[in-house]
Amino acid sequence: MADEVILLDYWASPFGMRVRIALAEKGIKHEYKEEDLRNKSPLLLQMNPVHKKIPVLIHNGKSICESLIAVQYIDEVWNEKSPLLPSDPYQRSQARFWADYVDKKIYEVGKNLWTKKGEEQEAAKKEFVEAHKLLEQELGDKTYFGGDKIGFVDVALIPFYTWFKGYETFGNINVEKECPKFIAWAKRCMQVESISKSVPDQDKVYGFMVEIRKRFGLE
Amino acid sequence: MATNQEHVKLLGATGSPFVCRVQIALKLKGIEYEFLEENLATKSELLLKYNPVHKKVPVFVHNDKPISESLVILEYIDEVWKQNPILPTDPHQRALARFWSKFIDDKIVSASSKSVFTLDEKEREKNVEETTEALQFLQNELKGKYFGGEEFNFVDIAAVFVAFWIPLVQDIIGLQLFTAEKFPKLYNWSQEFLDHPVVKETIPPREPLFAFFKGRYESLLAASK
Repeated sequence: MADEVILLDYWASPFGMRVRIALAEKGIKHEYKEEDLRNKSPLLLQMNPVHKKIPVLIHNGKSICESLIAVQYIDEVWNEKSPLLPSDPYQRSQARFWADYVDKKIYEVGKNLWTKKGEEQEAAKKEFVEAHKLLEQELGDKTYFGGDKIGFVDVALIPFYTWFKGYETFGNINVEKECPKFIAWAKRCMQVESISKSVPDQDKVYGFMVEIRKRFGLE
Repeated sequence: MATNQEHVKLLGATGSPFVCRVQIALKLKGIEYEFLEENLATKSELLLKYNPVHKKVPVFVHNDKPISESLVILEYIDEVWKQNPILPTDPHQRALARFWSKFIDDKIVSASSKSVFTLDEKEREKNVEETTEALQFLQNELKGKYFGGEEFNFVDIAAVFVAFWIPLVQDIIGLQLFTAEKFPKLYNWSQEFLDHPVVKETIPPREPLFAFFKGRYESLLAASK
């Protein structure tokens, strides 16, 4: 019986990108459905009635919501190749911890960096650098957070790199100067096929951020 | 079941719902551990060493290796000690269990606390509305005796916050947030769950905890004057 896999997504969403990368890593054939977030489809509302958000992974009619939960699901079901989580329970717990850290911290500090002004933005800059320095520390000398190959934390984190042109421009920050190891890691990730073919380029995302700033009067 | 001398420690604070989650799982699986009570006002060297990122409890330490974040800890415990499993084996069921536990953390914990610990009536109203909507979603998810079916599981454990902590803090200001009238199914679940021997023996004593939270509310009042 052929698997039916559908991904409800929005091209610029870092959370959607995570699921795209996981699907690509595992070579899973799927249908990609782009949602208009200002006019959500009946399918989205039916498959994610609680949050009404993308990404939603639909596997043989059953929906899985929340990007990191979907990535874990993908890893568990398509477990013959490219494991994203380590096999050792302690290593797994650390991968989950850091992916959770990315969820709790990175999205928020990034958002504040490009949407706030004045003192709030200055505080966001500081937090942004601190958070990325902490991640650099966690990466250490490894090629990827997953070791020799990309893993759960790499998948959780790399999508935000596509938003960096906007963060740097509007947040007035030079990430490479502050966190060179982080940028080096990000560039290595962008050389990985499952990542590079799953995420938009920084210029396209930048254009999107310019539009959002105009629309919400953030300039 | 650990056959060799496993060194298991839990850094916690009596009264923390997140610590309680871990204790329930440990008790369910019959795992012996050393409990180290943390004074959250003056965090110990050990806590800062084991959880430098968040500096919070619970921290679970197994053979000197620390793990933080209650839901991450629960997954680890379930993977290492296989008796009385708390996560289902089916991947979709597992995804659902993770979804609802995260839902409790994201949508219920903060909103319910803010419903009580605020002096701004508009703020309270907004949070009551959010909590009510979230509790409704959670209640709709309950299809059997427990979220786990005949036996309690991951979601029930995560939801101990709803069963024990919400009724307790809402009493401070007489807020009718989570009641039998408003949420009959969820309320019945909470009574069953709190009555389960494993849970009953793990939840902290009500009176001192109530006094603690009441004190916190009173400080809030005093600070505004």
